[in-house]
Formats: sequence, structure tokens, C-alpha cells
Amino acid sequence: MHAAGRAPRPGCRPAIAGALALSWVLALCACDGVRDSPNATGAESRNVLYAAFDDRNPKYLDPTASYAADETPYVYLSYEPPYRFDYLKRPYVLAPRSAVKVVAPRYVGADGDDLPADAAPERIAESIYDIPIRHGILYAPHPAFARDARGNYLYHHLRTEEVAGKHRPRDFAEQGTRELVAADFVYAIRRLATTRIQSQALAVMEDYIIGMKEYAVHIAAIDQQLRAGLRPDADDLPFLDFRRYDDLPGAIALDDHTLRIRIKGKYPQFSYWLQMTFLSPVPWEADAFYAQPGMARNNLTLNFFPVGTGPFQVTDYVENRQITLDRNPNFHGEPYPCEGAPGDRESGLLADCGKTMPFVDRIVARLEKEITPLETKFLQGFYDIDDIWRVDRAVKFAVDAKNSEDVERLYRERGIRLPQTPDVSDWYIGFNWWDPVVGKGDTPEQQVRNRKLRQAISIAINWEEFVQVFENRKAGVAAMGPLPPGIFGYRDGLDGINRTVYDVVDGKPVRKSLEVARALMAEAGYPGGISSRTGRPLVLNYDYQRTLTPELKSEVDWVAKQFAKVGVQLEIRATDYNRFQDKMNNGTEQVFWWGWKADYPDAENFLFLLYGPGSRAATHGNGQNESNYVNPEYDRLYERFRYLEDGPEKQALIDQMVRILHEDAPWSWGFFPLAYNGYHDWVFNGKPAPLVMDKLEYLRLDPQLRATEVARWNRPVWWPLLLLAGAVALAVAPAVIAWRRRERMTAARTLVSGT
Amino acid sequence: MAGYIARRILHALWILVGVNLLTFVLFFAVNSPDNIARLNLGGKRVTQQAIDAWKVQHGYDKPLWYDATAGGTARVTNTILYQRSLRMFSLDFGRADSGRDIGYELGRRVGPSLLLMLPMIAMTTAASIAFALALVFFRATYLDFFGTVLCVVMMSISSLFYIIVAQWLFGKVLHEFPISGYEGGADAFKFVLLPVLVGVVFQLGSEARLFRAMLLEEAGKDYVRTARAKGLAEPAVLFGHVLRNAWLPIMTHVGALLPYAFLGSLVFESFFGIPGLGNYTIQAITAQDFAIVHAMVFVGSALYIAAYLLTDLAYAWVDPRVRLA
Repeated sequence: MHAAGRAPRPGCRPAIAGALALSWVLALCACDGVRDSPNATGAESRNVLYAAFDDRNPKYLDPTASYAADETPYVYLSYEPPYRFDYLKRPYVLAPRSAVKVVAPRYVGADGDDLPADAAPERIAESIYDIPIRHGILYAPHPAFARDARGNYLYHHLRTEEVAGKHRPRDFAEQGTRELVAADFVYAIRRLATTRIQSQALAVMEDYIIGMKEYAVHIAAIDQQLRAGLRPDADDLPFLDFRRYDDLPGAIALDDHTLRIRIKGKYPQFSYWLQMTFLSPVPWEADAFYAQPGMARNNLTLNFFPVGTGPFQVTDYVENRQITLDRNPNFHGEPYPCEGAPGDRESGLLADCGKTMPFVDRIVARLEKEITPLETKFLQGFYDIDDIWRVDRAVKFAVDAKNSEDVERLYRERGIRLPQTPDVSDWYIGFNWWDPVVGKGDTPEQQVRNRKLRQAISIAINWEEFVQVFENRKAGVAAMGPLPPGIFGYRDGLDGINRTVYDVVDGKPVRKSLEVARALMAEAGYPGGISSRTGRPLVLNYDYQRTLTPELKSEVDWVAKQFAKVGVQLEIRATDYNRFQDKMNNGTEQVFWWGWKADYPDAENFLFLLYGPGSRAATHGNGQNESNYVNPEYDRLYERFRYLEDGPEKQALIDQMVRILHEDAPWSWGFFPLAYNGYHDWVFNGKPAPLVMDKLEYLRLDPQLRATEVARWNRPVWWPLLLLAGAVALAVAPAVIAWRRRERMTAARTLVSGT
Repeated sequence: MAGYIARRILHALWILVGVNLLTFVLFFAVNSPDNIARLNLGGKRVTQQAIDAWKVQHGYDKPLWYDATAGGTARVTNTILYQRSLRMFSLDFGRADSGRDIGYELGRRVGPSLLLMLPMIAMTTAASIAFALALVFFRATYLDFFGTVLCVVMMSISSLFYIIVAQWLFGKVLHEFPISGYEGGADAFKFVLLPVLVGVVFQLGSEARLFRAMLLEEAGKDYVRTARAKGLAEPAVLFGHVLRNAWLPIMTHVGALLPYAFLGSLVFESFFGIPGLGNYTIQAITAQDFAIVHAMVFVGSALYIAAYLLTDLAYAWVDPRVRLA
């Protein structure tokens, strides 16, 4: 043991306490402006738009690979594909972006002769798209373009040590630019064949672009040569320069400003692909720059720092936290649209007609995983819109406002708008066609029984109830078939009613009674849910793609109750996404929950989900027909339908196909979600547009109004803290008094014992 | 002393190998390289060809831990286990499955973690010791009883409850602190203040109880009675004798917390949106990014070993009776 140390001098204690209190006060005073703001001090008064994103950061900002909805907003803001969707018009229409206009293809027969626009699809050997590209479009500043006085690239021959310490393009001293040319689109199309990064468009493009399949094989061989002697997962790979490999006849530059794309046969939906990220121009300089040693290791890749001509450029990328996009100083500027959908003028959405976009200087997107803090921060004014890409997070805001007068008043007082629109997606419960019980069935008799079982279950699952019960997460309308509203081919009213599931009463659809469903069960061989063959209850497996949270469990329990209405016991098999995917790839699922968000607003993008040759299990995971549904008649109609332009003939075919689906019931049709977005009153031109991913370009802010409002809404309240401090002092006081009393008692006793 | 340190480092290597092996087995018991590829490629239009190519690019195309088709040492070296693990020992963490350099991320994120965790650990330790000393001073009184009950109550409440209540009260209602978020520079202070205070309150109960037990054990010893008998004031007894002699167990406990100063807190960083290493780890677990999880477990175990070594060395400094050999 040690000798006794010196006890702290009593005089020190107040000094220490005072210092602590002072530091506390200084700390609080140091936070100028709005104290609860999650943004940097003074951010509210700058022309910066704040938005959230959920789950995790986007994975691929490289346009060749970018496909997921959470990636595309950044890519569409950084790049300019030839086309885009008009922001305001509904139904969605294509508009030119980097192209001068949206072109109609020229059709050519097998003999090379031009064919008329209405030529029969089987006569068309080739469709040729000659797309004029706008003049004067410049790339955003980037070191890949920087040159010295003699025109040599400054940063195309770097050594690893010269890249050290550089983690963003702006870490390089010199930046440059050049004009966009048609060859950049050709380079991008050739680049779809790269083996360096996976493009989900390649499989589709191989089917359509002339020579793409062969080109991909050629590039794979070239890449193998380039990689000789290197580890497959090596960070630094030699530059795969697609300018050198020009044997792709399907994509050529006729001149600097004319792009020609040749596709096999007729594929009317190809125009939609021309607005997708995959068809964004890629400058070879960027590929060359990022291929240098040390670049990938320093996160300098197209995946994190795109090089495009769009209105913004990614300037900072903090994984799973924040992505910053700054205005592209070289952007050519675009006029805000002057035409829109009915009601847009009245909503003030055309007030900025003709003004030059973009309006904001910077966009900051932050990870906000949970809905509650997102809602709170949005209400506090720290997010200008609720989410950078999702259109379902504000559903909860709307439901909260609907369910509480206080919340509704708060939204009203703060001028928050929550406009909604039908989403171009659907959610459903699918039946695996390969399954002997709920699938197609082996014999004609079994097929009839299985169909009746699916029909009975489809009647029993009350989707109208589902969207009512789970409206804060799943707002929408019950579906009658695979096509959502707003898509050509969708039938509204009496014509669109699914007669397998609904009766028509007073001109309105009314879900068939459970008696009808139970009768179908009996006909299917399961009276009361008991198999007449085995005498045992019918138990079905419900595969769910996530482990169950309490929220999800309530949804899954609801589904189980729906099956129980016709006596079917549902065994819940909730697994993680990977296990679920394995089951789907192997075709071992039975009943499953699934959804689809359209790539483009065409019926083909929904009806192909049930096209037999696209069976997921049959193609070992490569197809999108998740239920592995096969009906030769449907497939035959689909093969005719997919070549047709919108019109009566296409509508008639869609009607026939949907009737087949109603009868076969490979899905319980589920519901079509509604899309919501939340906008503050200092945000102008906001309109939910689930298919428009460059929508932030259209938004305008009033930062001064924001600063004023945010300061007013977030005045700190200090008295509870003082109260808390007082309460702590009161709690401590007895201890201090007791301490002092004991100290005095000890002294007294010592004194007494001394005498 | 040098021999002792060398021996400990040698032991540490074996521990790291074991931890590395265990992480690998646990991760791949529930994941296959195909799963990882699919998760990274997304849910739509993913072909097997794309999955295979992704695996090659990211080094997941090899056998997990034994290559029966190879000969000689390649049977072991041509495996994911060997190739992923070996470079870890040279502190080359490689790239995450998302493609980003892990070493760079570690460097970028350790600052926010330190900013959060160092004050939290220091303040928690100081406050807990002070509270425990007060309880020892009032031992066997109602104040001690109520103080202990308070500790039990505080430690029985989940950290999530403290966090949610604090965010609601101080962020949403009183507008004194941001609910969550982070900015660098001077702004960082306002973002870590609330999580630090919540962390202190959350840990105060359990820590104070633990320290109280340690201090009480010392307080009952003969030398303390002797000190009192000499007429020393109670503060002098507590600070000068009891606390100084209880330093060894306290240091053992605090030493075990030191790795968290670097590794951050999974819960606090996640809920308060602080971009530290704890947040990084939890995101990687969610995304099933093996490269990051592997690196973080490795770094974590290395830090633990270092912390315990430093603690052992500190024993000799605090207590001259301790000899390391």
C-alpha cells in the first residue's frame, strides 16, 4: 500500500466545477445558428438542396453498370443520355436530352431496302436510329481532360506515387473539358461489353444491337490478353481502350454529332433504353485516366466519380453517409419546361417556364436509414425533400397527417406539400409454376385443380384490406392485373375488372365471397382446406425475402390469415435475401412475395414478367419470370405484342393476355403503390415522378425563406435544462449535507475523546 | 521487459490467426461467394455470367479454404482464406466488396470514432469513480442503498431507450442538439456532445456499481482502518488510500474499453449518424461485405491485444510490486 496522498483541497472543487460549467456554456455558445441542425453552421441560407437516401450508399455510379433505382439519380444528374422522360407530362413521354430530338427508327428489310413505318414486324430485318447530338455540350471539369500548352494530357501517364494522397478528382491541380461528340456514345455502347465491370444491360443489348454478342466475345478475349500474368482481382489493369476495337457495326458515329445505332428486327421499346444510364456517353479520357496504377486503390473510378456533361458532378463521396454533387460550371443550361400535365399550371409547376436550369448550386444526399428521424428532420426543415429517389417514404408522413389533427395542422402551418401519383410498380404474391400443388400441374385434371386452388386463394387475399391496414407503408390500390394505371394497355372501370376474383355489382368491382372461394377449394380437392386425397390439412410454404421485423411480421401474419380463410395453413419461411434468391433460382419456392418497378412505361416491361422463356428457374436465375409461369398461348400473343406500337391492335392483344392471366392466376395480383414526395414551401417545382430520376435538376429553392423558417421552428428551449440541473443539485444536496455533517461529527468526536 | 513484450507479441500472432480463421468460418457458414456477388449486383437482370465475372474480379472465384485441384502448397494458397488473410498481416486490408479502399476508410473514420469515444470513456470513468466513491463514503446508509438502486435501474434500461428519449427530448422537443448527423471541423462538437452525454448516463449505473465493489473491497482492508485510526479525514482516506490501491482492477477494466476508442460504438454511431468505424462495421455487416467485416474483426482483435499488453505494462508503472518478466 502507498503512503497517504494529499486529498484535494476544498477550494479546488468549486474551481473545477466552475471550469466545467464554463466549458459547457462555451460549448453551447460555440454552436451558432440553429443548434439542432444536422448541417454545417449557416447551411440553411445557402442555395444547397438537402435530401436523404435510405439503406446504404449507391454501389455503381458508372453508367455502364448503374441500374438500381438508388444509383440512378446521381448518374442522371451527372450524365446526359440521348433522351429523358419529360418531367411534367403524363403519361410519360420521351424528350430529347443530349439528342436534338427523339427520332423514329428507319426500318430495313433483309435485302437492305427501306421499309415503311407500318411494315409488318416479320419483314423488318433491322431498325436504324440516326440520332443527332446537340452541339456545344461540354464535360464537367475533370483532370482526365487537362492538357498542357502543347496539347498533351497532363494526367494520362501517372505513376502510382503521383496518385498517392489523391482521393478525389479535385485533388488534381489542373482540370479540363472538351465537347461531347457522338463517338462518346459509341465508346459507351462498346463499353457495355467490358469484363471489368458488370453491365446488366449487356444481356439485353446482345439480343438487339447488331454485332454486340460477337463484340462481347471479342472484348473478353482481348481483355484476357491484357490481363495475362496479372491476378484476376488485381487493382490495376491495363487500359482497355474501346476506340481500338471498332468491330461493332451496331453503333457508329456518322460524324461528330450523329450517332447511328442499328438493332435487329423491330423493338419499339428501344427508344426507352436511349434514356437509360447505360446509353450515357463515356469519354475515353475518363476511362484512360481511371485505368492508371493506383487510381482504383484510391477510390478514383467512374463508380465513385462520374465524368459527364450533366448539370451536376459528384465532388465528394463518403461511403454510407453522404454524397455531394456540385453544379457543373460547364453545363450548357436547359430551359425549364413550359408544358405539363393538366393541373400543373394551377399548381404553379409552370411558373418557371423557360428559366435556365439547374436552380440549385449543390445537392447533399445523406443516409437516413430510419423513417422516424427522417420524418423529424424533414419536419424541422433540415431536409428539403424527403428522399432523393424513393417515392414511398413520404407515405408515412401523409398517413400521420391524415390520422392526427395536430400533425395535419403542423404540416399545414409549415406549408409542407405531400403530392401523390400512381407509381409504375406492383407488389404481388406469386405461385411457383413448378410446384406440384400451386403450380401448373402434371395432368390436365391436376392443372384444373391447381388453377382452382390459385383462384380460391386469390379471392381470399383481400388486398383492399391490406392497403387499408398497412397504409403507412403500403399506400396503393388493389390490382386487377399486372398493368398499373398510367401504362398503355391498362383498363379502367368495368373493362379492367378481374372477373375471376371480382363480381360486378352496380357497375363496381366487389370481391367474390368466401363461399365462392371455399367452393373452388372443394373443387380443387381441398374441401375446408383438407386434402380429400390424404385427409390432411393443406399446408403451403410462404417464402419471404427478409427476416421478419415486428413491422414485417404483422404483414406476414396478415397474409397467413388470408390463406386461413379458405382453410390453408401457411408455413412462413422468412429467410435473408440470399437464401431467398437461391430458392428462386432453383425453383424450390412455393408461394412468395415479390414486386417489380418498371424500367420504362410500356406494357412490355410488365408483361414480360410472365413470358415463359424468361422463367427464372429455367434460366438459372437469368430470367425475370419469377413464378416460372408458362402458357403457350400467352407466349404466342406476347411475341406478337412486343413488336407493336401503342394502338388498338396492341390493346386487343394486351386484353387477351390479361384475360389469360386472370384465368390462370399465376399471381395474386396484389396492389399498385402510390408515389408520394414531401416538399417544403421553399421548394418549388416539386412533383412526384417515379420514372424521372433527374428530377432534382428541376427544383428551385428559396434559401432565405428556409433560413427564416428553420430558425423560427427550431428555437432552443433552455429552461428544462436549468430545471434538470436544479433537480440534480437537489438530489446531490442531501449527500453533500450528510458528507459535511459526518466530517463535523468526526471532528467533534475527536475533540471529545481528546479531553 | 523487452523479452516479455516480444513473447506477448508472439502470442498475439497466434490469437490473430485464430480470430481470422473463426471469422472466416462463421461468415462463410451463412454466405456463399455467389450470395455476396448477387447482393452486390442488385436484384434485377442479374445473370449467372455477371455473378461469375464479379467473383473473379473480387477474388471470390477460388475455393474457400482448400483447392483439391491444385498441387503442393497451392492447395492451401490458392484459396480465398489464404489470399484474403495473408495480406491482412501486412496491414493491407485491400478493397471492400463495394470496391472502396478499406485502409482509406479506416483512416477517414477513426477521427470521428475517437472524438466520440475518448470523451465518453474518460467522462464515464471519471463520473463512475466519483459516484462509486460517494457510495463508499455513505456505505451502509440509505444514501448508499438508494444510490445502488439507482445504479441497478440505470443499468437495466436499454441504451436504445436512452438514445431515443434523448433524441426526442433534446433534439425534437427542445431543439438543443441535432438528432443525428455529423460535420467535420468545429461543427463536430455539437454532433458528439449529446451522444457522449447519453453514453455517460447509460454506462454510469453499471460502471459505478462495479467500481463501488472494487472500492469497497479496498475500504475494508486493515491499512484503511489504520489510516482512519491515524486521524486522516475521510476524503484523504478515500482518495489517498482506497482509490490508489483500487487502481489495478480499475485499470484492467478501463484498459479493456480502450479499443472502443478506435473502433467506435456500433449502437451510438449508428443511431447518431456518426461516420466512425462502428458505423462502418455495422453497415458492412448489414451489407454482408466480407472484406470490411474481416478487416474490422482483425483490427479489433489487434487493438484488444495491444490494449491488454499496455494495461499489463501499466501495472508495473502503477504498482512497483508488479514485475514483468
